Formats: sequence, structure tokens, C-alpha cells
Amino acid sequence: MMSNKTKILSPIPGVFYRKPAPDKDVYVNEGDEVNAGDIIGLVEVMKSFYEVKAETDGIIEEFFAENDQMIEAGQEIAVLVEK
Amino acid sequence: MSLFNKVLIANRGEIARRIIKTCDRLGIKTVAIYSEADADAPFVNEATETVCIGEAQAKKSYLNIEKVIQVAKETNADAIHPGYGFLSENPKFVTRCEEEGITFIGPSASVMKLMGNKVASRIKMHDAGIPVVPGSERNLENIEEALAAAERIGYPLMLKASAGGGGIGMKLIHTDDELKQNFDSTKQQAQNFFGDDTVFIEKFITDPHHIEVQVAVDGHGNIVHLFERECSVQRRHQKVIEEAPSPFLNDELRQELFETAIKAVKSIDYKNVGTIEFIFDNDGNFYFLEMNTRLQVEHPVTEKITGLDLVEWQIKIAAGKSLPLAQDEITAQGHAIECRVYAEDPNTFFPSPGKINSLELAKDLARYDFGVEQGTDVSPFYDPMIGKIIVHGENRNEAIAKAKAAINATKIEGIKTNLPLQASIMDDDIFKSGNYTTNFLAERKTVTF
Repeated sequence: MMSNKTKILSPIPGVFYRKPAPDKDVYVNEGDEVNAGDIIGLVEVMKSFYEVKAETDGIIEEFFAENDQMIEAGQEIAVLVEK
Repeated sequence: MSLFNKVLIANRGEIARRIIKTCDRLGIKTVAIYSEADADAPFVNEATETVCIGEAQAKKSYLNIEKVIQVAKETNADAIHPGYGFLSENPKFVTRCEEEGITFIGPSASVMKLMGNKVASRIKMHDAGIPVVPGSERNLENIEEALAAAERIGYPLMLKASAGGGGIGMKLIHTDDELKQNFDSTKQQAQNFFGDDTVFIEKFITDPHHIEVQVAVDGHGNIVHLFERECSVQRRHQKVIEEAPSPFLNDELRQELFETAIKAVKSIDYKNVGTIEFIFDNDGNFYFLEMNTRLQVEHPVTEKITGLDLVEWQIKIAAGKSLPLAQDEITAQGHAIECRVYAEDPNTFFPSPGKINSLELAKDLARYDFGVEQGTDVSPFYDPMIGKIIVHGENRNEAIAKAKAAINATKIEGIKTNLPLQASIMDDDIFKSGNYTTNFLAERKTVTF
């Protein structure tokens, strides 16, 4: 079975969060299955929160950005392996 | 007349420049603190001394109380001006200033704490005989209490964070089901944004007008108002345009409003400048909404109609002086309008950080309180407002015409801004009529820019 790896990029610069709130768990862990449209993280830009979503069903193989990390537009956030 | 030797400005952007400007005029040295993201910002170049205070994110820099206090001590600043936002309404910060013998340019920690708490301030105002928006008298611990309060107050209502501000942490609720659906998430949001999950409910006034009164109090028992500002042009509770005087009020209502505001201030132990926000319904009934115990973003419209410098007043009051003028010496002339310039897409309102490649301001047409210049990198870490365009005319029509001319003459390239939206509002018949509510922007037919 062929699997397709896609990189999830942030379209905007800002601060990346893996959690919805400081005292909550991360949206997804590495190795978790996700469905298209699931939120995998947030990017805070100018006090607005942008939801980064998985575009297809698959498994989040790896995150390249950490919680509370400053990121640039176009920066890789994670790798999604489509099933 | 010695005021302070050196003032540290615990802020950034346009308000930091604004404060530096008045300090320069008064012969007061300034210390600017800046984050790594603001190293090349105009306000940094304009202060007497500058100190880098940390990384870009606000909590690592501008919101870091101990760092700010440390820099104030190291630079021998005798006073701190907090601007608006950031630490300006943080009682812990004020207490630390008091502990270190640094004058905080604003009110005391205790009155700030009282009026910064929406539930406590409502109770206080109610006890002082000030009309308040009907609402739950206490914080709501659970959904059962919320439903009982809703039954008493009636729908529609606003579910609000007690520690909230800036239009964040509020939800409009129409039914019991909506209240049940939103209660927990609103508490969670309040916890995330303000570190305090207490919520309360207020009756929602349909067709509301947001009109606020500028006040000033010194340490010698003098209290004055400096007229009102109309702030109903809002998007998602964020102000977009403010004006003075309010086109909605008649003279009788205006006087009643000023008397109420003075009465409210007299009932608390306030000092320095502040603003009392009221909400009006279409019948002219008005209610206390909240008090902002600091300088407001829109203070320039008051400065334009009175010819006064409110930052100067703040500094003088904090230095122990009496108010520069008595109530009957404070007069208003003409009409002023302020347009906030946001770094956002005018259609989607999506934030638009980036480098300003080109900036042209028509300084002969308007007052520009801007935090950016050509070449500034507008970073994603702070509020999207990059500046304000303020005009003054002999009457409202003239002010609108001047605002339109200034907006059209303002060119910003490299980022998207809401200038096209501002221009279209100046052409809008409802805005021009002066009879608009806080529903105005949301109800407009979508225009694509």
C-alpha cells in the first residue's frame, strides 16, 4: 500500500500552539489518526487564533513546531501520512 | 515646576510614541522598553534611553512585571506610564510600583482592582445609585445559577467574563439551550484569556449606543469630566471609529450623563484620568457598563475638541499637582473623529502582518498617531492596530469630509489595512446621519474592497 506524506505548513507567521489552552492536553499526539478537518494546532497572530487543520484523513507522523514556538509564514508544522 | 525626572513607558507602538512626545515637551526624560520584535520600531528611536526587555511574545516582555520593575530601578525611573492594554489595568503591577517607590501614572491598585472586576464594579455603582445594566448580582458558579438568573433578567442576554475586557470573553445568548451550550466554553475562554473563569450575565440592550465619559481626578478632591465620546462603530466589540461629541445625545441627556459620571467617580477613591462607559438604548435610557481605569485608545478625539493634552494631565496628577483647569474652564469646540487603522484584510478581517514598503501620511490634513513608519516590520505578536487618523472640524459634516480626505490621502503598502473600510464608512448614509448603534457595522451590506 502506497502512503502519501504531506507537510502541513502554517500560512501565517505567529506563535504556534499544540494545545487549545495552557492547562489542556495537546490536540493530537504524534502517531495519532486524524480525520480531514481535525484541528492539529493553533497559530496566534495579532491576538487572533487561526486553526491549523488536517486536510485529509491520515496519521500525524511528526511535529516540527513546539507548543509556544514562534513560527514564520510557510514554516513546516507537521507531517501527515495519508492512508 | 518639577514633575518627574524620568518616566519609563511600559508599552509600545503608537501609544509609546504619544507618551514620549508629551514627556519631551515637558522636559521629562524617557525610558522605552522594547521586545526583540520591536528593536527597530519608531518609538524605540524616540526615547532618551532604551532597554531590550525580552523576546517577542508579550508575556516574555511587555507583560513581564518583574522585568519592567527591574529596568525601572536600573534606569532610575521615578515614574512609569503604562499606556493602555498590557499592564495598564494590572493591580499587581501597580502594587509592585508602590512597593518599589516608583510612581505609577494612574490610580491606586485597590480602586483598579475594584473597577476592573465587572461584577464588583456593577455592585459598587448600583449601591451608589448609578443605573447599571440589569444582570446577575453575583458571579455564576454553575449552569443552574445561570439559568435562574436568566429567568429573572430575560433574554436576550450577554454572558460575560468578570475579568474580561477589550470585547473578549462575551457571548450573546437567546435561549436556555444556548446558555447551556455556551456556559462551560465561555468560562474556559475566560480562564485562558484572563486567568479567571468567573462569569456573569447582563441583559442585552437591543439597538445599543456605546457612549463614554472622560473624567479626571486629582489628589486634592477635584473631579471633572471632559465630555463624552461616541464609540458605537464596532466590529466584534472592537472599536473602529470614535467621535466627540456624540451625535446621538441631546443637551439634556448630555448633562444628565455628565452628572451621573461625576457621581460615579465620587463614589470611589479614584485618582488620575479614567473613562466611564455607558450603554444607551434607543429611548435614551442609559446604564453603567464598565470603567476603564487608564488612558483610552480614543483619547485624541477629546484632546481635539478641548485643546488639552490628557497625557500631560496624567503626569501632573501623578506628580501631585492639582487639575490644570476647573470644570467651568473646560470647553469643547467643533467635532472630532478618529479612525483606527488595523493591519488586516478589509474584506476577511484576517490579520496582515508584514513589512510596510511604503507609507504616506497626509499630515497637513489630519493628526496621525501612528506606531509605524516606512520600513517597519509589522510583527504578528501584538494588537493589529498600527495607528489612528484623527481629524477636527467646525461641525460634524466638516469633520467627516476631512476624515474622508485624510483616509484617501493615506497610502500604506506592503500590508493590508482597513483603510478602504474606513473610507466607505465616511460615505455611508447611516453613519452620516449620526444615528447608528453598535449593530451598524454588522448590519451593513457586504461591500467588497
